[in-house]
Amino acid sequence: MDDLYRELILDRYKHPQKRGTLDPHDYSYEDDNPLCGDRIRIDVRMGADGRVADASFSGVGCAISQASADLLVESVVGKTLEEVKALSKGDVLEMLGIELGPVRLKCALLSLKVLKAGVYGVEEIEEELR
Amino acid sequence: MTNPIDLERMRAEFPILERETRPGVRLIYLDSAATSQKPRRVIEAMSSYYEQNNANIHRGVHRLAEESTAAFEDARRRIAGFVGAATPREIIFTRNATEAINLVSHSWGGANLNPGDVVLLTEMEHHSNIVPWQMLAAERGLRLEFVPVTDAGTLDLGAFRDLLGHSPRLVGFTQMSNMLGTINPVREMAQLAHQAGAVVLVDGAQSVPHMPVNVAELGVDFLAFSAHKMCGPTGVGVLYGREALLDSMPPFLGGGDMIKRVRLGEFKANDLPYKFEAGTPAIAEVIGFGAAVDFLSEIGMPAVQAHEQEIIGYTLERLAEVPGVRVYGPEAAQRGGVASFTLDGTHPHDVAQLLDDRGIAVRAGHHCAMPIHEKFGIPATTRASFYLYNTPAEVDRLVDALYHVKEIFS
Repeated sequence: MDDLYRELILDRYKHPQKRGTLDPHDYSYEDDNPLCGDRIRIDVRMGADGRVADASFSGVGCAISQASADLLVESVVGKTLEEVKALSKGDVLEMLGIELGPVRLKCALLSLKVLKAGVYGVEEIEEELR
Repeated sequence: MTNPIDLERMRAEFPILERETRPGVRLIYLDSAATSQKPRRVIEAMSSYYEQNNANIHRGVHRLAEESTAAFEDARRRIAGFVGAATPREIIFTRNATEAINLVSHSWGGANLNPGDVVLLTEMEHHSNIVPWQMLAAERGLRLEFVPVTDAGTLDLGAFRDLLGHSPRLVGFTQMSNMLGTINPVREMAQLAHQAGAVVLVDGAQSVPHMPVNVAELGVDFLAFSAHKMCGPTGVGVLYGREALLDSMPPFLGGGDMIKRVRLGEFKANDLPYKFEAGTPAIAEVIGFGAAVDFLSEIGMPAVQAHEQEIIGYTLERLAEVPGVRVYGPEAAQRGGVASFTLDGTHPHDVAQLLDDRGIAVRAGHHCAMPIHEKFGIPATTRASFYLYNTPAEVDRLVDALYHVKEIFS
């Protein structure tokens, strides 16, 4: 009962750590899931050492989409671009710690899609997440 | 004379209402605007057809083909009677209401609309009565205009009169909004549209299942509706069209059954309604649709409407008690059995998911009506929609569950 709404997810939804926008930023991308009206923007700022100095997300959506964005964005700080590119669907689901059906999977993965599209290129992402 | 619905007997007709969605959790189905549940007799009419009569229709001379053809055409006759068509020739079977509207845009629109012509729709249309016209507009250079929706969730009829001044060739609108639940004054609007010289297309997907609809009384030229929202199966819908109009229109899809004669260089189209029914139709589904219409006729559409009026009135009352809930659309007297709402601080997907834990099936999203959601500045809503089998006790369970959602998200 209410498995999807574990403490972690509700806590991140209600009290996000990385909500906001970054200015200046090196990468920024925004996309939506028109089916449910979820919208996420992710900003990434790189440090001189070639690692992510800071990142943030903004947007609207369900608890799953917003919590996964918050967790994902937090996790990329300190990573190299190569490491960010290597993040997978499995990584996001592991952060959330829940099993998701096909509909809610889209909510959970929207932030990953946005992040990768920002640093990478949209077509390759679509291919990878298929 | 309207006899109220005996809810216990009514629910017993629908086998699915017995099921649990997880152990110990009985289904509460509040998603009938998406598709209704099916009574046993509709399911049985279809399986009995497959077990006893299955054959292709209209051509075979053997016994089964004759029986199938008779059952198919008899269903058409009953459906014609159900919406007050002058003749069964005015009932065209399509896959659904969407295809019925596409039939009008392709056939009537293709033959009659020219660059610069105006097609007048409304802001509360389902995508199925917007996109076909956008497609034709792009191809033909038409101008699409939209009757605005007021903050109260009704059509702005003053603006409607003004827009009729642009001499639209076609006026298309829903009889009942699938998001707001608003019931539009079809007769009055059709009359005004006709005075302005327009052809009138009504999307009846949400109204025909829930209230008495008579095309002659309403004075509409086209009416589109789907079987699956009115106790019938998926895969079949209807375009009602005034006979003279249908006669003047070119065929839609080409193939078998829609022709009288084919030579390698030409074809001659069949008579109505077959002219618009290319290929083998959904025979079992049409027969199931006939059983659904019999079922609804026996209950009586005034009784169906009265029951839903009661349920929606009670729903609006109970939802108003829940802090943070905002319901969109007009008061109960002007709406059908649909309540789309938002809950402060909680996304509709989360609401729907938590309701599902309690066996309550609702819809979350934009309900294929993105423009009207945009109008109200919301990306999505949660929608509870009702039918003749829903009870006030189910509304109570919905409200209890919403308090539970609030607790989780507080």
